[in-house]
Amino acid sequence: MNGSAPETLHRYRIVYARGEELRYVGHLDMQTVWERTLRRARVPIAFSQGFNPRPRFHIAAALPLGFTSLCEIADLWLIEEMPIPNLLERLQKASPPGLSIQSIMEVPLDWPALQTQVLQAEYRVDFFNDLPLDDLQQKVQGILSQASLSRVWRNKSYDLRPLIHAIEIIPPSSLKPFPSLRMLLSAREGATGRPEEVLSTLGIDATEVRVERTRLLLN
Amino acid sequence: MLTPEQIEQHLHRILLKVQKPGRYVGGELNQTLKDWQSVSTHIALIFPDIYDLGLPNLGLAILYDQINQRPDALAERAYAPWTDMEAEMRKAGLPIYSLESKHPLSAFDILGFSLPYESLYTNVLTILDLAGIPLLANERDESSPLIIAGGHAAFNPEPMSRFIDAFVIGEGEEVIHEIINVHQAWKESGTSRNDLFVRLSAIPGVYIPALYTVDYHPDGTVQAIRPLIETAPIPIVKRIVPTLPPPLTRFLVPSIDIVHNRIAIEIMRGCTRGCRFCQAGMITRPVRERSVDEIIQAIEEALDLTGYEEVGLLSLSSSDYTHIRELVDRVSQRFGDRKLTVTLPSLRIESFSVQLMDQLHDLRPGGGFTLAPEAATERMRQIINKGISSHQFLETIRAVFDRGWNTVKLYFMIGHPEETLEDVQAIVDLCHTVLAEGHKRVGGRARVHVGVSTFIPKAHTPFQWVAVDSIEQIRLKQDILRRGLRAQGFKLTWVEPEVTLLEAWLSRGDRRLGEVILRAWQLGAKFDAWQDHFNIQLWLQAFNDCGLDPTFYSHRQRSLDEILPWSHISTAVRAQYLKQDFLWSKEGRLRNDCRDHCYACGILPEFSDLRLKTPPEAWKCPPVKVKKPLQREATL
Repeated sequence: MNGSAPETLHRYRIVYARGEELRYVGHLDMQTVWERTLRRARVPIAFSQGFNPRPRFHIAAALPLGFTSLCEIADLWLIEEMPIPNLLERLQKASPPGLSIQSIMEVPLDWPALQTQVLQAEYRVDFFNDLPLDDLQQKVQGILSQASLSRVWRNKSYDLRPLIHAIEIIPPSSLKPFPSLRMLLSAREGATGRPEEVLSTLGIDATEVRVERTRLLLN
Repeated sequence: MLTPEQIEQHLHRILLKVQKPGRYVGGELNQTLKDWQSVSTHIALIFPDIYDLGLPNLGLAILYDQINQRPDALAERAYAPWTDMEAEMRKAGLPIYSLESKHPLSAFDILGFSLPYESLYTNVLTILDLAGIPLLANERDESSPLIIAGGHAAFNPEPMSRFIDAFVIGEGEEVIHEIINVHQAWKESGTSRNDLFVRLSAIPGVYIPALYTVDYHPDGTVQAIRPLIETAPIPIVKRIVPTLPPPLTRFLVPSIDIVHNRIAIEIMRGCTRGCRFCQAGMITRPVRERSVDEIIQAIEEALDLTGYEEVGLLSLSSSDYTHIRELVDRVSQRFGDRKLTVTLPSLRIESFSVQLMDQLHDLRPGGGFTLAPEAATERMRQIINKGISSHQFLETIRAVFDRGWNTVKLYFMIGHPEETLEDVQAIVDLCHTVLAEGHKRVGGRARVHVGVSTFIPKAHTPFQWVAVDSIEQIRLKQDILRRGLRAQGFKLTWVEPEVTLLEAWLSRGDRRLGEVILRAWQLGAKFDAWQDHFNIQLWLQAFNDCGLDPTFYSHRQRSLDEILPWSHISTAVRAQYLKQDFLWSKEGRLRNDCRDHCYACGILPEFSDLRLKTPPEAWKCPPVKVKKPLQREATL
């Protein structure tokens, strides 16, 4: 791009779901999955400068391994403007199994970095097996009534309690034989509540549940 | 037998306990998932190492595509689970399953193993065991899948012959369909497994070990290899395709990081240089090339289908591809602005190679410039038939540094026949000369990476009769290298001598090695290609338990009249040709590029029918005037 006229960039915000096929894909690998989708779609990608140029594509918040999501958000920069329906169609066509794009909108270039805009994330936890509702209720109440919950993550101790905004039990229904949990956790940079940590505090084995991110709240 | 649904349920509970669970779930872009009931033949293609290494394997990718194009068959995939996953599977009683439909492997009609190298052998046993299939071919009945294997290591099939029902010798693109057809007809007929073997043995290129027996002399050498039924062919001649089929473009795109993330396009198969240590060069003849148009179109298509950011243009010797300059030109014109990396491996040592890489401009990979002189003295290079002069080598090195590379990567081999310690010291000296050239041209940034492997005389090469260096000799030589290349600017990598020995035993062994492999596996050998897992002691104990001497296989100079364990397998290169080439090596006599002059290796008479049906330009063998048809050499 040396010597040529500076490109006018366009910034698009993409909301997408991550299904079953992408459950075990880590955050960095997801970046690559997206880069290849963009290449297949042949959209006019803006590349980062430097020795190893990579598409300018930022994912809002890492999704833990093993989770699915209804509501991932990412920002994409293009060097040309594309009509939204056209961009949507090209990306949808190029998407791998498990990636479904829900909406795209153009956002101002000068908006702050997406990662800094994320405030909270909501998760739904489904159980594989039945468990006594009373017991679960007691455990949840137990946590919510605490003023602080000291935990250790990667050799650092921290307080989990202020990162929990809400936990709610959804009782079994005709559609679902077992109860679910809905939890709203902080997702700010440097203050991220991890659903696995909450589950562990509740004494729930992470391999006995499935977790889906259902909402990301932005500033 | 567990159903796919039951297997999925188990997986949900296990996967978060293992490293990189994305290896075990399938569902990648471009995978083929057919309705199980809609086809009559179900084939699982298996790479006996982890997903990360197996997924990019081009041979299996081609077969996957070939089989799935048939409406009456499906191909799915399986890889060796890493040890953590294996432990979880065993704990949960979970059988090994295919990634696509999650059927247990025992539900398939055919399991096809890729055997590109020998250190995967124990993993084949692990996979059969995890599938609940009897390990020994003679313990299976009609309810077991047919176990087939192919790949370069299968050119000496004997060590694995106890475990594999049928080997494919040579190229698989056509023969796989014939195997499926025969299997379908056999299934309909409802006859015995032995009848299936007899039917399969009629397919050219298919070797059924159970239909042959081996007699040994009292000294342990082979006395005879005899067919047990009249119709079993001897020798079993490798299969080739007369022209390369259109290249694969619908590559699987994994969602997790693996070793090679790239589009791999074979621009040429075979090599006319005839390096005497090189098994690939001997067993992949004749040379067949793809057209530039076909390659460019395939890259274009594959980029759209995969979104990969790297293209590998594969061959045994890129510089020898007839239209290499045009190819590089058109690749850089067409794809130059796509932020891609294009790799062009195995360039010859000449300044032309440097020009070629330079021509790739923005597409060329970062990192060093790679050259493989293989030996450091002209004497040694004449013995191995790598005909480049030291002058030519240094010219090339200068060109590399002059054109802006700071790092050169050099590949050498120690342990060549007749190698002396002076020849090894010469590697050290040459590397110092190269670094000095680098310092003159790019100053302190110059780096020389030196990779030194140890020569193993492989089956079907002119060196197949010679002995491997002893472990002490290898250590001595590696010490010279380590001491000599300590200075700043060098980075030396080498192969542990024990690794070389295992590969030598397994590649040069006879049928009796099967017992050793089984014993080593029982003792715990697995993932022998992984330094952390490989344990030579297990293998030494296995040899001991089986009453066999490993040095018999590795360190014994074999007589030119000896019946080699693989002598019933024919690569179409005549034994007489290999012998002559071996004798030439002793005289330091070079055999030039056979594009210019036919040395009658045996390919043309063996495949004369195919040759006649193929356009003249399709093979790079020069026209030969044959007065009378050559007689095929008796290989036994």
